[in-house]
Amino acid sequence: MHMADAMLSPAVGATFWTGSLATITYCSKKLREYPDEKLIPLMGVLGAFIFAAQMINFTIPGTGSSGHIGGGMILAIILGSRASFLVMASVLTVQALFFADGGLLALGCNIWNLGIYPSFIAYPLIYKPIVHADGSLKRIVIASVISAVLGLQMGAFSVVTETMLSGRSELPFGTFVLMMQTIHLGIGIVEGMVTAGVISFVRNARPELLERLPTAGTVTAGASSRKLFVTFILLAAITGGALSWFASTFPDGLEWSIERVYGKPELPDQEQGITAVLKGIQDKTAFLPDYNFQKPEYAGQQEKPSSWPSVDAGTSLSGILGAGIVLAVVLIIGLGIRAIRGRRS
Amino acid sequence: MTFDNEFFNIGYLDRLSYRDTVVHRLDPRSKVIVTMLYVLTVVSYPKYDVTSLMPLFLYPILLSALSDTPFLLIAKKVLIVSPFAVFIGIFNPFFDTGTIDLWRGIQISAGWISLLSIMIKFTLTISAALLLIATTSFPGICHALQELGIPALFTSQLLFLYRYIFVLMEEAMRMVRARDLRTFGARNIGITVFVRLIGLLFIRTVERAERIYQAMLFRGFHGKIFSIKQHSLRPADTAFISLSVIVLVVLRLFNLTDLIGRFVQGILL
Amino acid sequence: MSHHIVAFENVFFSYPDGTEALRGVSFRITHGESVGVVGANGSGKSTLLMHTNGYLLPRSGTITVGDHELTKKSRQEIRKKVGLIFQYPDDQLFMPTVFEDVAFGPLNLGLSPERVHECVEEALTTVGSLDLRDKPPHHLSGGQKSAVAIASVLAMQPDILVMDEPASHLDPRSRRALISLLRHFHHTKIIASHDLDLVLDVCERCIIIKGGKVAADGRAEEILSDRKLLEENNLELPLSLQRRGQSPGGDMDEITKLHHLLEHWAEHNTEHARTYQEWSKKAESLGRPELSALLKMIADETTSMDAHFRKALELCR
Ligand SMILES: Nc1ncnc2c1ncn2[C@@H]1O[C@H](COP(=O)(O)OP(=O)(O)OP(=O)(O)O)[C@@H](O)[C@H]1O
Ligand SMILES: [Mg+2]
Repeated sequence: MHMADAMLSPAVGATFWTGSLATITYCSKKLREYPDEKLIPLMGVLGAFIFAAQMINFTIPGTGSSGHIGGGMILAIILGSRASFLVMASVLTVQALFFADGGLLALGCNIWNLGIYPSFIAYPLIYKPIVHADGSLKRIVIASVISAVLGLQMGAFSVVTETMLSGRSELPFGTFVLMMQTIHLGIGIVEGMVTAGVISFVRNARPELLERLPTAGTVTAGASSRKLFVTFILLAAITGGALSWFASTFPDGLEWSIERVYGKPELPDQEQGITAVLKGIQDKTAFLPDYNFQKPEYAGQQEKPSSWPSVDAGTSLSGILGAGIVLAVVLIIGLGIRAIRGRRS
Repeated sequence: MTFDNEFFNIGYLDRLSYRDTVVHRLDPRSKVIVTMLYVLTVVSYPKYDVTSLMPLFLYPILLSALSDTPFLLIAKKVLIVSPFAVFIGIFNPFFDTGTIDLWRGIQISAGWISLLSIMIKFTLTISAALLLIATTSFPGICHALQELGIPALFTSQLLFLYRYIFVLMEEAMRMVRARDLRTFGARNIGITVFVRLIGLLFIRTVERAERIYQAMLFRGFHGKIFSIKQHSLRPADTAFISLSVIVLVVLRLFNLTDLIGRFVQGILL
Repeated sequence: MSHHIVAFENVFFSYPDGTEALRGVSFRITHGESVGVVGANGSGKSTLLMHTNGYLLPRSGTITVGDHELTKKSRQEIRKKVGLIFQYPDDQLFMPTVFEDVAFGPLNLGLSPERVHECVEEALTTVGSLDLRDKPPHHLSGGQKSAVAIASVLAMQPDILVMDEPASHLDPRSRRALISLLRHFHHTKIIASHDLDLVLDVCERCIIIKGGKVAADGRAEEILSDRKLLEENNLELPLSLQRRGQSPGGDMDEITKLHHLLEHWAEHNTEHARTYQEWSKKAESLGRPELSALLKMIADETTSMDAHFRKALELCR
């Protein structure tokens, strides 16, 4: 499931962009160290393949509804960790642009959620050890299903975390997690089955094809997979640390800091009703009670997290009036330009 | 069938991006930068902000008008594309039940306001992304990314991806159609058929990659793809970037809607 | 430099799976020749062409291209001389725009940006596609793609053009355009095709491959009008040589055959005359009046042969 710009706060969006970009840069650098000339065209064309494959809908067994594949695991099995991550990032980039799937800020999150987990966790740490050398069909199926499910579960959990940290949704953490993980359990099983099916189909039909592929990007099991694991844990710790720092320093993300920097007038604590409402909102948005999220010293500011609920009724009317006028003006400008351009051509 | 639709849509957007208007002529870098800044600005508004977001409609409307991008296309895409935002946002009214006084006792629940805010942000950010691709060719965007510091290996294979999307989608579509014909229009593709279809497409893809690699070798390729395109930021680009930054900062700092609203209200009442 | 630009001597090749695709192929091609390679499906045409630029290396036998004998070492050098063009242009137009695609080869040769620009423009002009330069390949028609694919190879300035099924996916009009394009090249050309009319139009020499061996090698008009030879190789008389209403299987009588050949020669003659004329003008603009005058004379005399052809055609009736 794709994250969307509108659900994100700038801080969360920027953090995940940084993480994804760093991984892209790291993978590109690593791949350049083992140059295989064939790799670039192969990666590109396989990206296009995933893209095309995603557009074919199939009937999900037992439900009658239709779905499409994600392809992260297929890519990882074929190209190895690094190259598959880059290809997935590319597929998501094209989707963000041409289908507007999620948007450009959310792209960082989406690359993280759908790229990192299958390529750097599910494949090297789950799929490879299970399939091992013998690669019997049974092992492929088991490995694919488990790794696809886990990869997607991690991705889904990321979506929840990102949404929660951004604070745009009111969904309680527990409900949200439960919902997302269940949905993605089903998706993961189907994805795993398709992955296993495609891999074994190709193995049977054209065994030599898979062997010929360049595998510069494959992280071999053993020492390097341990190294990878450590790297990942470190990365997670850093990201987590950064996020909780953000979260605790700026309870409502960047917007709070913007307010502070730009010095919004402190609103007097006049309206009983609204303060009460706010308190209610506050209680509802407080998730993960034992997570040190709202530092006591900020509790005071927390009660006026945003401008809308704290404005008085008169301003609301002026807000609506203003919005109408602004929209009308913008539309007139747009139509005017179109009319002028239309006449000129 | 959705496949043909998607295929048509992506092809249509792609064609739009190769036209020649004031906006198309801007350097891809400047459009990428401004779009990112715009999206960041939009999402930086707090979650109950609705009216103060209104002036930001100026950007998509201005850009689409100046670039002759069909407004309907953007509107339609924004409408269809949003499963996640709606899916998550729709819960806000249920969980955020506190009410807000609008005007003289008319009340509205805070959850509806935040949902509305999400939907508006969604519209703005998605239009911005679509307008970027409708006014900038994909190769242009890739060159821009590379010049902005994304590694060349990544952008090179991204360009290959773009180049072969259309070829492979057509191939996939032919395969799906061939299947449809043989099953006399049975719509559903079962999972086993699907696996075989994808497997076959995969084999063809790898063979194609091999042929492409051959073709590259035959033309003297030895590991590095050279680029000859050199862009330079022209005064128009500098103007575009600075103007956008100024407008965005001003809009973010001053609640224009509120100012106008108060002003008009003052006159009327 | 040797007289022969491409020479195969008793070349054998088998694929890793054991398929013997070439079993003792020998032929020599001289500068400026254009050679059609025809044969049934699976007879080994594509395999043969892939040897010309060293993509495949023979199991035994030798291949010489220009001054180099083909080896693992020399193939990089040989690739610069041999421009290979495949059946499907989509596989060889891999860059995001036409310009960048045509520039790909020259850039790999290490030319300076200015030289690259010149090369690209020249190549695109030759195939008449200069105005497509900023388009992405997927916005081109099949014929345009073929033309650009040729330009992308021409930009490398190869000594020889080698093409595998260049027209198989083209509509009749694009096919015509391609044929007249190929006819105007003065390159050495090797073209493998099932389109015998194309071979007849473009090539003066024709080689038939059968089961990995050369089954016939000679003047295109003669080979391609030999019904028996063609049918032994799963081929048919070119449409332009098939007489309408003729009973299937029956031999074409010699006079009719001559009539068709004359038609064909006449067409070529007109075409040649035009080319001489063009070059005469070019020579003049290059400040070589003497050369120009001579070419003009050749052109005029060639044109005057048209009358002879017409007369001969009438006599054939
Ligand atoms: N990659 C390969 N691996 C194994 N055998 C191959 C391969 N490519 C071709 N062959 C075999 O080699 C023989 C010659 O094939 P080739 O492609 O050269 O024929 P062709 O004359 O070009 O045929 P067509 O007219 O169909 O293009 C055939 O028997 C074919 O099956
Ligand atoms: Mg062939």
